[in-house]
Order: sequence, then C-alpha cells, then structure tokens
Amino acid sequence: MITSAIKLSRVTKNFGQTEIIKGIDLEIRDGERHAIIGPNGAGKSTLFNLISGRFPVTSGSIELSGEDITEMDPQSINRKGLSRSFQITNIFPKMSVYENVRCAVLWGLGYKYSFWHRVDGLTDASERTEEIVELIGLKDLRARIAGVLTYAEQRALEIGVTIAGGARVILLDEPTAGMSLTERNDAVDLVRKVTEGKTLVMVEHDMSVVFGLADRISVLVYGQVIATGKPSEIQENSAVQEAYLGTEQK
Amino acid sequence: MMNFAKNNFIWIILVAVFLVLPHVFSQSFALSLMTQMAIAMIFALSYNMLLGQVGLLSFGHAVYYGLGAFFTAHLINWIASGVIWMPISLVPIFGGLCGMFFGFIIGVITTRRPGTPFAMISLGIAEMVAASALMFTAFFGGEAGIDTNRTAGGPLMGVSLSSQIQVYYLVVSWCIFSIIGMYAITRTPLGRMANAVRDNPERAKFLGYNPTRVRWMSMTLAGFFAGLAGSLYIINYEIVTFETLGILESGRVVLMAFIGGIGHFWGPIIGAILVTFLQSALSNYTEAWLLYFGLLFLVIIMFSPGGIAGLIAKHEPVMRANLLGRLVPSYAVVAATGAAMLLGFVSIIEMIYHVESAISGREPMNLFGVIIDPSSSVNSWLVVLFLFVVGTTFFIKSTRIVGKAWEDLGPDLQSKGLL
Ligand SMILES: Nc1ncnc2c1ncn2[C@@H]1O[C@H](COP(=O)(O)OP(=O)(O)OP(=O)(O)O)[C@@H](O)[C@H]1O
Ligand SMILES: [Mg+2]
Repeated sequence: MITSAIKLSRVTKNFGQTEIIKGIDLEIRDGERHAIIGPNGAGKSTLFNLISGRFPVTSGSIELSGEDITEMDPQSINRKGLSRSFQITNIFPKMSVYENVRCAVLWGLGYKYSFWHRVDGLTDASERTEEIVELIGLKDLRARIAGVLTYAEQRALEIGVTIAGGARVILLDEPTAGMSLTERNDAVDLVRKVTEGKTLVMVEHDMSVVFGLADRISVLVYGQVIATGKPSEIQENSAVQEAYLGTEQK
Repeated sequence: MMNFAKNNFIWIILVAVFLVLPHVFSQSFALSLMTQMAIAMIFALSYNMLLGQVGLLSFGHAVYYGLGAFFTAHLINWIASGVIWMPISLVPIFGGLCGMFFGFIIGVITTRRPGTPFAMISLGIAEMVAASALMFTAFFGGEAGIDTNRTAGGPLMGVSLSSQIQVYYLVVSWCIFSIIGMYAITRTPLGRMANAVRDNPERAKFLGYNPTRVRWMSMTLAGFFAGLAGSLYIINYEIVTFETLGILESGRVVLMAFIGGIGHFWGPIIGAILVTFLQSALSNYTEAWLLYFGLLFLVIIMFSPGGIAGLIAKHEPVMRANLLGRLVPSYAVVAATGAAMLLGFVSIIEMIYHVESAISGREPMNLFGVIIDPSSSVNSWLVVLFLFVVGTTFFIKSTRIVGKAWEDLGPDLQSKGLL
C-alpha cells in the first residue's frame, strides 16, 4: 500500500458567500515531489492555508500521514511534521539571518519554551543552524538583518526557515516567483537539495521548473482539481491544455 | 566568544559600580536615592520583558509590583509576630512568587489579544486592582496602607537591616541577581522566541510555537521580577499604600522604559536611574519638576524614539570607526544653543511660578544664583525671553549641522562596512 503524506477529502472553503475551494479530493504520496499549478486566483495559496491550518476548512477533511488534522491549529500541524513557506516572504525582518534560522530549529530539537537553556550553548541547535545557513547560501550574510536582504536572498531564507525544523512534509508557495533566470536556477537547485528524501508540495507558475522538478502535477482551476498525474500525462491532457497550458504557451 | 567576554566584562563593571557607589556618595540622601534606583531598575527591566522583548504594551505593570509589596508586607508582619520564620533578606523570593502567580493568572486572560486590546485590558485590570485595594481594607490597609518592621526577623549573619547601607546592599544584591537573570532569559529559547513573536507572531506558529503561550510565559516571568521589586520596595520603605499598585506607578514604569529605550536590554536601566533621579532630586529644587519631566519625555519620544539607549547605540559604529571626533564640533554647537534655550525656558517657567505663588510673589528670587525680582523688573523678563527665543532659533539651525555631520560620516562608515 502506498501511504499518503497528505490526503484531502471533499475539502471546501468559502470566504463570505464566495466558494473559493470547491470540493477538492487530493492525495500527496509519501516522498513525492508534487507540483500544484493553475491560473492566478485559482485557490492554490488558499489550499496551502487550509492544509497548514492557517484557515479552517468550510467542510471536508484533511489527513497528514493518516492522522486527521482538519481542526488543528498551525503550531500543532507543524509539530506533526508539516512545514510551509509563504508566497509573500514571511520571515522575522528585524532579526539576523542566523537568528531567523535558529528560531526555526528550536522546537524540532525539543527546546520548546525553555527558559533554562542558554541558547548559544546549544551545540545541536547551532550546528543545525549553521548547516541550514550554509545550505541556503547565506553563510556570508549570517549576521545581516533579514529585512535588508535582497529579494532572492529573502526567498532563500524563507525556504531555510521552512525546512529548518526538520519537517517531513514541506509546502512551498511559489519559491521561484519574481526571480531572474540565474536566481531561479539556484532556487530550483536549493529546493531539490533541501527536500531530498522528503515529501514536497510546491505551487509554481514556471513550467520549466515544474516539469524539471515534479514527480506528479495537479492542476487547480477555479477551486477544483481538474487533473492529477505525471508531467507527461498532464502535458497531454486536453482539459488542461484548454484551461491552462494553452493560454500559457501563447 | 567575543560577545561572551564583553558581556561578562559589563557584569563585573556593574557589580563594582554598585559596591563602590556608597563610598562615593555616602550621604543618607544619596544612599536612599541609590536604593530606589536599584529597585526601579528591576521594575523597569521586568516591564521591558513585556514591552521590549515580546511586544506587549502594558499600562498596569504596577499591579504585580504593588501586590508583591503588599503580600511581602504581610509576610514580614507574620515573621515579626512569630507565626513563621524566614530571613527577611530572602522574602523577595516570596514577593517574586506572588507577582509570578498574578502574572500567570492575569496572563491567561490578557495574552490572547496582543496590541491595543492587551493595553486596554491591562489598564482595566490595573483600575480594578487599585479600586479593590481601597475596598478591602483588611488586606490593603485602606488609605493608610500596611506598615512593617524590616528588622523584626532579627539579624541573619550580621545583617539586621537596621541601617540604610545594609538595605542598600541587600537591594543591590537582588538587583544584580535580577539583572543577570532577566538578561539570561533573553538568551534562552523562550527569550529568542519572545522576540520572534514580537516581530511576527503569525510566522512563529508555523515553526511550532504558540504565540499566546510565549506571551503568557513572558508575562509570568515578568510578574516574578516585578513582585520581587515590590518586596524590595516594602523592605526599603517599611510601608506600602494602594498608590504603589496604582495607575500612576504603572505610568512611571512606562516612562522609565521609553526614556531609557525599549529596544535595548539595558535601556530601562538608564531610564530607571534618570527618572528616579529626576523625581527625587529635581523635586527638591523646583516645584515644577513634573513639567520638566514631561518635557523630557516629549523630547525623547520626538527626537529619539529608541530612547537614550537608542541614541547611544547609534554612536557605536561611529566609535568603532574612530570617527566620533567628527561629530564633536556639531554636538558642541547643539549643546551650547540647547543650553541657552533650556536656560531661557526654565527661567521663564520658574519666574512665572514665582510670581504666581501668593507667598513669595512680591519678593526677589534666586534664579541660578542671580537675584532678580520678576514682579518689578521688566528687563529680567526681556532677558530670559531673548535667551529663549534666540536659543531656540539657533538650536533648530544647529540640529541641521548635526544632521549634516552624520550625512558626511555616511560614506566613511559604509566603506568600513559599519553601516
Ligand atoms: N483571506 C481571504 N479572504 C477573502 N478572499 C480571499 C482570501 N484569501 C484568498 N481569497 C480569494 O480567494 C481566491 C484564491 O486566492 P489564492 O491566493 O488562493 O489564489 P492563488 O491560486 O494562490 O493565486 P496566485 O497564483 O495569484 O497566487 C482569490 O480570488 C482571492 O481573492
Ligand atoms: Mg498564491
């Protein structure tokens, strides 16, 4: 049996009167890299917000590795091993790069709300932080205040903060959006590296990135998944071509 | 490692200063002022655990301080009457635990909604506690308050607390303990996450942390140190009234934190020293001290939102670049014009105050060593008015010189990588 990392059943979400997510059934397999594509406003970020507990669902249920997480708050879901990044960079702008990453490793190492450990003396936390800072290529900027980094650097930090806690399931919302070609290539390499051996769900608009990285793709249009499958299947799917790829290739 | 050494250096200096001070200023007035300052430091730092560290603006911090003082007062009276035995030097722990308890209880309600709701609820609770203090006279002693005798417990290892110097050293010991303790807390996982929650509570959730929990724990810990400061208050004064947990006292700690600077750990220490000094010392010289005090607060909030600590910290890179000398001339100009403006302003206030006063209004007054008679001499008014107007005009001009000096430093700081 293939276990699923995330399983959504008949999930809907309304904002006021408007139904934004219209009954989604979706299964993310354990260990796969899954891309979610779709036009602007399709509800991709909203879907992430539902899975990660930022918003409550209107109806339906969400499971993480077989456990029902539908009603859980974000911190509980994170502790269960799911971590997410944000489309609009969401870091600690007044703290240094190093501090940002360190805040992200603390819970996973079991330090929780401790006020009796001296944080600079925690070798496991420091080592893990150093490792991540190096991995995201910000070693030389470790002391810099996050708010003054360039956009691409902030995006790298966003990924670093997301993966630092050691979550098994990673959701990345448009990790390469708004980047130059070289920055994008670096970002793709980074995503590939940091999600090695993990489950990745990624919202992405750039098709070269999607087809280069994803094992499977789901297409979300107007709050509904119109197709899920391998990149080759998606490319050939006529409904997808009509709804999405066709307009993209023009 | 560098930081560690530097920090320890600071602590050693701190202890040394505390030990040496009573030998430099040995008058009883100075000694009791320094005792008050040390208590205020703990109180202000504990306040900044909320405001500076976790971003909770409280208008009711004196609740924990005052309750710590009242509970300790009763404890000391029990010790005096032999109900229980405990060395008086250790009662601050009890006061701390009381403050902690109330921080914990009140924190349950208040930490869910940070920002304006928290500020308002803290104000409401402060009002409530102050009102109950006047209602429940058995515990709070009504208008008269509760008095105690700190020597009641008898001497412990030669410490009887019968003299101010002994009280000073006791307070200072607890002050050092508290400063180090509160600093240490900022360097723990909870302390780091407090800053994270202050800056971006939403993101902290997605890292496994519950922001409400972080605030709540911060509040509990801040309550401990506020209560401890309250205990030292009762040991020092041997009397506590409802005013100690009132709104005015809560306001005083807000001022200390802001004037000192909430963005740096040691900011409130500066604020506590300055505010206590102004309150005590200035009020001996002039009746209008509250007015000057308000002015100081205004000037700081307007010109240096980071408080005095922020002002000092701003100069750190300049100092490291060895460029402080380039700022000195502009500062000298500002100091001179500022002094003229201030002298003019203070003179006007003091003269008005003198004339207004019914008792001495028709007599000459001593203004900074000059005997003048404001009620008959128009010239004296013209002189101070001239001083004030000219001082202010040139002061405003000279602040631009300072701005220019800073601008000129920019490229040099940048080239040294210090900006
Ligand atoms: N908090 C909210 N309240 C009300 N409406 C919302 C909210 N969040 C999203 N929406 C609406 O839901 C729809 C889907 O938004 P969402 O951000 O999920 O789209 P998306 O697929 O991520 O688009 P993009 O590619 O532009 O990021 C949009 O019409 C948006 O206006
Ligand atoms: Mg989106």
